[in-house]
This record gives sequence, structure tokens and C-alpha cells, in this order.
Amino acid sequence: MDRRRFLLGTVPVAAAASMASAAAVSGSATPQTTYTPSYFTAAEWTFLKAAIARLIPSDGEGPGGNEAGVPEFIDRQMELPYGHGSYWYLKGPFADDSPPTLGYQLRFTPRDIYRVGIKSVNDECLKELGKAFTDLGAEQQNHVLRGLEAGTFKVAEIPGGAFFDQLLTNTREGYFADPQYGGNRDMVAWRWIGFPGARADFTDWIDQAGKRYPFGPVSISGRSLP
Amino acid sequence: MKAVDAVIVGYGWTGAILAKTLTDHGLSVVALERGPARDTSPDFEFPRIADELKHAVRGDLWQPLVNETVTIRHRAADTALPYRRYGSFVLGNGVGGAGVHWNGQLWRASPEDLRLRSRIEERYGKSFIPKDMTIQDYPVSFEELEPHFDHFEKVCGVSGKAGVLRGAKQAGGNPFEGSRSDEFPTPPLAAVYGAELFARSAAALGHHVFPVPAANSSIAYTNPYGVRMGPCNLCGFCERFGCFLYSKAAPQTTILPILANRPNLEVRTKAYVTKILTDSTGKRATGVVYIDAKGEEIEQPTDLVVLSAFQLHNVRLLLLSKIGQPYHPETGQGVVGKNYAYQMCSETAAYFDEDVQINPFIGAGAAGMRVIDDFNSDHFDHTTHGFVGGASIIAGATGGRPIDQMMLPPGTPRWGQAWKSATRKHYRHSAPVNSLGSVMSYRDSYLSLDPTYKDAHGFPLLRLTFDWHDNEYKMTAFIGQQMDAIVRGMKPAKQATLMMKPGMSYDTRIYQSTHTTGGAIMGSNPADSVINKYSQSWDVSNLFVYGASAFPQNIGYNPTGLLAGLAYYSAAKLRDTYLKNPGSLVDA
Repeated sequence: MDRRRFLLGTVPVAAAASMASAAAVSGSATPQTTYTPSYFTAAEWTFLKAAIARLIPSDGEGPGGNEAGVPEFIDRQMELPYGHGSYWYLKGPFADDSPPTLGYQLRFTPRDIYRVGIKSVNDECLKELGKAFTDLGAEQQNHVLRGLEAGTFKVAEIPGGAFFDQLLTNTREGYFADPQYGGNRDMVAWRWIGFPGARADFTDWIDQAGKRYPFGPVSISGRSLP
Repeated sequence: MKAVDAVIVGYGWTGAILAKTLTDHGLSVVALERGPARDTSPDFEFPRIADELKHAVRGDLWQPLVNETVTIRHRAADTALPYRRYGSFVLGNGVGGAGVHWNGQLWRASPEDLRLRSRIEERYGKSFIPKDMTIQDYPVSFEELEPHFDHFEKVCGVSGKAGVLRGAKQAGGNPFEGSRSDEFPTPPLAAVYGAELFARSAAALGHHVFPVPAANSSIAYTNPYGVRMGPCNLCGFCERFGCFLYSKAAPQTTILPILANRPNLEVRTKAYVTKILTDSTGKRATGVVYIDAKGEEIEQPTDLVVLSAFQLHNVRLLLLSKIGQPYHPETGQGVVGKNYAYQMCSETAAYFDEDVQINPFIGAGAAGMRVIDDFNSDHFDHTTHGFVGGASIIAGATGGRPIDQMMLPPGTPRWGQAWKSATRKHYRHSAPVNSLGSVMSYRDSYLSLDPTYKDAHGFPLLRLTFDWHDNEYKMTAFIGQQMDAIVRGMKPAKQATLMMKPGMSYDTRIYQSTHTTGGAIMGSNPADSVINKYSQSWDVSNLFVYGASAFPQNIGYNPTGLLAGLAYYSAAKLRDTYLKNPGSLVDA
């Protein structure tokens, strides 16, 4: 028994079964059910999907953030201790002005950042551009996002850069994290870049440096794709 | 609580080393660990461990900052602000400490690192050392520590190749290292491809390339305690993860298995120590106070206190316990908190065309890597360079984690279609070369208690006052030139260097190194140090302090080999001398 079989042998039976069925469908996409957000309101959800469509677009080569399930990932993260700020030190006092090199100094949890940030950006879009973010064209949406990133598109209640960083960070996480968290659906992002996921065994490759690694990804659930 | 012979505060590497020595000797020992119990099974089991988001991004094995963090400022005139989210360094938590999720790069210090001030003054003259640089010699020599370095390498099943064996140079090893009494216990693993390209280029430039000493065992191995380890398979989930293969040395895979059933050892987890108690003279520790999982404050009396928490926590506990005189940067008087130092790291990235298969996901924290030591420590003539110290220059793959380790050329947009296309173009075809640079100690770099911010129990946070100095900017610029030349020789399509430049302040947002050092430094007298050569407090003779808090300044290597060597050296003295006749081991 080689090490990979040995290791995969430790996968629970149900997961092994799903791996077998996944192999049978040979990479075809799981039928998508409509996800109902738990934390985000309907308006926030629309905003989130629109922003993610700009951050990781669906047109052009490679999977888009929405197809990969990134909005679902972010919504589910909001319900976990992470969303509630349980990973961050959030005691005051809070500095109004601090050198960026000293890092995040706001009082907001990730949930707060989205709630306050989405409202602030939408309000500013209505004021400056006459439309909510979702109703803007793709180029105008890009303009707003670039402005938030650069700190030139100022919004009320929260530094735009902090909101943008949270959104971009969670978007990338959802794109590349194990599919169990709701994003990277069908390991699309791993297949796109060629990351073999949770394979975690390269005994057979130690002496083959420089050769193209030929195997597709495996998820933590045990699902394997070519 | 019933009194015990010894209390260990912090159950990571040095706590485990001392727990073994003290229980071997028949002492009754209680080990207090602030975090949870952790073991290979079930905590690091495959496949659940292979989860980048959980372990390498959220950091579920790390100290939860929500309860306790540090505050940071660049200079004493500033107001320090909390380190609210992880960035610059990651802190361990739970049994095994950071020894669970470290990389396993296990270095000895260079002999000259241990007598740095003397060496620099002898070779370059006293005026070579800037006035505000407060570097000191260790009170212990390489020769005294060598048997203990050797022992720890055997405990960890370290894979590597000796460069100087019993005085004789060996081909394929580090020619700059101090003489070893023995070869590494396991042979090095083959280089991963990025390391192989680096090795060829560096060798062609005349540098001395060798395998990174890796506490990632390369073969099935049984350590001197009879604990078995398995061979590393370069799984790519090493740095920031616990090892599911019993390959990466951690207290769990090397020492703890033989301590598990000792009747004279009790491990209490979720025990958050807040104070070391002393008697009315202040010269003798009488016990420790901790808060247990239920939130109750417990006093544990003892005759011997082993302070073996992480470097920053050791210093905080000394300050909270009012043991030793706190350091004052204006007067230079006082010792607790003195000589905080860090490391200055840089990266030169090689971006290849798509026909070059780097496979970055094939790698380990240390195994499969290659390194040069030509520009570290005092291995080269510094006369014309005008700085003290240097860096090890390393290549390989600690993993190809796509969230955290995606390497894209500078100028690539951070989002949008261009970003998406770049992830595919570069992910499998980029290789980093990294430097791990020493940082000297300075009069204005120190640790103290924060006047404003508190932990979850209301105790002051530790405050770091730190920024870069000219010496280190010069060091990294010189190292960067060497790295640029080596990477050019790897013939990438593009290359780019990320490094600190004069005017750039310490940036807490970006991961650099968890090798924070100093604050409870080791020295030859109580006026310039907190502990003596045996890690014994000058002020309280039944208190011993272990970890990188002892380093008078930082080195251009990972610290675990040195701090474990110092712990074993101390443990031998405890066994042979102190426990028979407790008292000061060095006259003040």
C-alpha cells in the first residue's frame, strides 16, 4: 500500500464514498442550489455579489468569484467566531489617527465592517454618482473600488480602505480555501492555478524536482478531481 | 494547593526539556500551560489539518489575541497601540507552544555569535560598534553548549549534513559552523526544485551551499528517549500546522510521550499564570498564581519556578511579578525588558516561464531547502561594509498555500481579471529566496508594561518599543545585493526584491519573523543582565528563565536550536549541582 492510499484510507467512509462519486462524474460541477444568506440583508447580498464580480470577474478566462461561491463563504464566515471579532483584540481606547504600520485600529468586528461599509459606500455612490453601487455600470463600480482601495473615494463611518481590505481579503480566502467553507466550489480555484489541495503527500515526487506535478486536487472531504 | 517541588510555566520546548530533567530526578512537578492540551492525534490528524484557512490564516493553533496581545510603538515618545490582528509575528498557545507550528529550521549559533561584542571589538576596533548599540557577549561559550546542541539535534531527528566534524571540514556542509562532535542524526532530504536552482546558482558564484538543518526527520528514526519519528513527505502543511506524520520535531513527537505517565508530573492546561510570588525579602520565589479554566485564581506553592513561556510572556511575567529592576531607556539602568530585538528579513522572488515547474506545494518547513551562511554572523570581513551582523540566505518551499503564499510580480493588480490571470501564470512557476537577518540590540529598543491596555483579566499588556536602525538597513542592502546576484543566476523571466530601506518603519501588518528576542537577557553580572549562564535569575535564585528572552541580541538564524541548547546546558547544571545544593550558581 503506498502512502497516498494509506493516507486516504484514513478518510471517513462517507467522505470516501463522495470521493468515489466525484470521480464518477469526473469533474462536472455540483448542481448549484440557491444559497440564502444568513447574516447579510437582501440589499447587502446584492452589493456583495456585485463587488465580488468586479474583484474576481466571471468573464475572461478562469472561474469568477461568484461562480466559486465566494459570497456564500463570506456570509458563513460572518456567523462564525471570526465574523464576531473573536480573533481580534477589540478593547479600547481606539486611536483616531495612527500610523498605518501599527495595523488595524478600528473598533469594528468583520460583521460591523460589512454592515457599516456597505451602507457607507452605497450612500456615497448615491450622493456622488446618483445610483446605488449595484446599479452602476462595471466601469463605474471599478472606479469606486479603486477609489476605496487608494483612499480617494471617501465614505462616512469607516475608512474606505479598511472596508476594501476586508472585502478583498475575504474574497481571496473564499476563492482559495477548502470547499467545506462554501467557496472554491468544486475546487475551481485550485484547478485554475494547479494547487493539489489537501493531497499532502509528495513522497513519490521528492526525487522528481522540476517535473510537472500531474495530479488534480483533493478536498478535505476526500473528493478528488483530475 | 499542595506544594510541589517545581512549577513549570509554559509547556512548550523548554518546559518539556525541564520537565524531563526534573522528573527524572524524582521531583514532583506541575506544568502550567495557558492553552489547551494538544497531541498529534486528534489535533493534527490528516486530512483536517490540511486546512490553510483554519490554521495558516485564522491561526487556530495560535494565541487568541482577543484575550491578550501586546502593544507596539516605534519610539518611546509615541503612544503604543495594540497588535489587534496577527501580522508581523505569530504566538504559540497550548501544549507544545510554538514548537507545534514552527518550521523546524534548527540552527546552532555560530561560535562568534556568543561573544559578539568581544569579537567585533577585536577584529574591527571598539569604534566599529555604534554608541547606541547595546550588544553583549553571552556568558557561555560554543564549546560549553556543543554537547547540548548535539543532544537536542538527536532528540529532534534533525536531517542535515555536518560542515565541520571534530575539527575537520566536510564537503556539502556548512564550513562556517562551529565544530560538531557528531554528524546529524538523519541525512538531508533532496532539494525541492526552487532550492536546486538556487543551489546551482549560489555554488557557481563561489558560495557554500548546504541543506538547511531540518527538524523534519528524513527517515524512520528513534530518538535517544526511544520516541519514534516518521519520514517527512514534503506535504506542504508544515509551517503554521501541526505535523500529522510524526516527522516534524515538536515536544509532542520527541519528549512528551515519555513524560505522559510519570506519576510525579501533572500538566494543568488552560492555566493562565499572572504572577510569580516571592517572599518578604524578594529574593526567593514561593509559588505562582494562575487563573484556571473556570476563572478561579489559584495559588500553587513551590520551591523552584521554571519560567519557560514564550519570550514576550517571560518578560511580561517578570514585570508583573516585580522581579528584577525594569529597564529605563533614558538612564540605561535596569535590566528587565532590556535589549529587545527582532530579525530583518527580505525576499528576492524568481518568476519563471510556465515551462519551469517549481511545484511550490511540495515542501516542508525546513526539509528540502538549501541555504548559504557566507554572509551571516562574522563569517565575512565587515571592515568596508560598516555594519555588524548578517543573514542566512535560504531557498525552498515552506508550502504553496494559495491564500497566503501566492507569489505575483510587483505591479500585478491586486484584483480583477489581470489578477486572476496572473495567479494561473505564476502560481506553479515562482520561487522565493529569503534572508533571515540578525538585528542588534539598542538602547531605545525595549519591553515594558503598557499603561493603558489590559488583557481579559485586567492585567497590563506588554509594550514593545522598537524600530529599525541604520546598521540593519545597511545589512539588508548588502544581503539584497547577494540575493539579487544569486537569483539572476537562476535565470528567471523576472525577479523582484522586497526589503526594508532607510525611512521605512517596522510594519506590524506584514509577517516577517516570530523570532522576537531579549528582555530577560543572559550575562556575566546582574548590572547588565537578568539571568546568569545557567539561566538562573540573579535576583531570585530559585527562578530559572528559558527561551529567546535570554538572547542579548538576535542572530541570523532561527532561535530554537540555541534556546534549547541553553536549556539543556542549564538542566545539566540543575541536575548535577543545584538540586543537591540549591542556591546561586554564579557569584554576583
